[in-house]
Amino acid sequence: MSFYKLLLIGSLLLLATPSQAQQVEVVKFPALEKRLSQPNDTTYVVNFWATWCGPCIKELPYFEQANKTYAGQKVKVLLVSLDYASQLDKKVKPFVQKRGLKSEVLLLNETDPNTWLGKVDNTWSGAIPFTLMLNNKKQKRAAFEQEFTQAELTTQLTRFLR
Amino acid sequence: MKKLTSFFVLCFSFVLLSAFVRPSGGYQVGDTATDFKLKNIDGKLLALADNKAAKGFIVVFTCNTCPYAQAYESRIIDLHNKFAPQGYPVVAINPNDPAVAPGDSFEKMQARASSKKYPFPYLFDETQSVAQAYGATRTPHLYVLTRQGNALKVAYIGAIDDNSEEPTAVKTRYVENALTDIMAGKPAAPNSTKAVGCTIKWKKA
Repeated sequence: MSFYKLLLIGSLLLLATPSQAQQVEVVKFPALEKRLSQPNDTTYVVNFWATWCGPCIKELPYFEQANKTYAGQKVKVLLVSLDYASQLDKKVKPFVQKRGLKSEVLLLNETDPNTWLGKVDNTWSGAIPFTLMLNNKKQKRAAFEQEFTQAELTTQLTRFLR
Repeated sequence: MKKLTSFFVLCFSFVLLSAFVRPSGGYQVGDTATDFKLKNIDGKLLALADNKAAKGFIVVFTCNTCPYAQAYESRIIDLHNKFAPQGYPVVAINPNDPAVAPGDSFEKMQARASSKKYPFPYLFDETQSVAQAYGATRTPHLYVLTRQGNALKVAYIGAIDDNSEEPTAVKTRYVENALTDIMAGKPAAPNSTKAVGCTIKWKKA
């Protein structure tokens, strides 16, 4: 089954069950990389976070807001959790449920950041939160190794989408 | 329209107001590390130059509160116990602003170091100038310095090993491998690695 069919079915499922919290898919890095290298005109806003990261949790609502603001447009907010896969049921799922996160959440199941961090962005030293905005068709990308305020995220995303 | 304009002006002023103090650049491998004088948990100022016998140092920016720093705490102690006798002691530095991370205050540092029996100095980078000079961005963030004449050269920057969660599942001990190379008189290979960590809690400007 093609990726797009899966995506379509996935979105239909999500639409069909709006009140239920979404699932957290556990992925390895090649799957994430593939996802982010689709040559389409979608702008991906990829936020790397973790349930143990205070500044990350603080800014999650801003990404949720962006997800809401740009719903129906070619903007995809992806929240990539760097929690350990062993914490999926204990920490990550309950967190996603409790916060009622609507943006898609992935858990990146990799043990050695040295093997993949640089492939996400060469300038990323490894601190989280870290946010990547990218549009492959327009060949644009912007990396932010920082925490955002709501206003900063709005400004940067507006600028990126211009 | 006017509403929209004032909204953007508001956004923009927020961006200006919330400018964070962020390190610019920092050390690369091969750079000379300048010495510092920072307050140790015993209340005394400590400089790298005070330890004349050391062949180098394992400088690690760490803190009390970051779960990654906690995950690596006992491994940092092990590093010191293994490499201090060979001339490379650990010097731990907490760069976090306690106004942002109350658990990283000087008193809490003293308590943590005492309860975990740190065998190395644990210094408080109160002005964050050392973290900025090094270009540290996260905890833990580790630098190996090696003595060349009177200078201390940066020989390795990066991760401790390849598995933060499971010490028993570690396959590559990056910093130990680097130290083995360095002590054999060779450049560390690799001399820099990437690791995940908590952002340093910079003072709000």
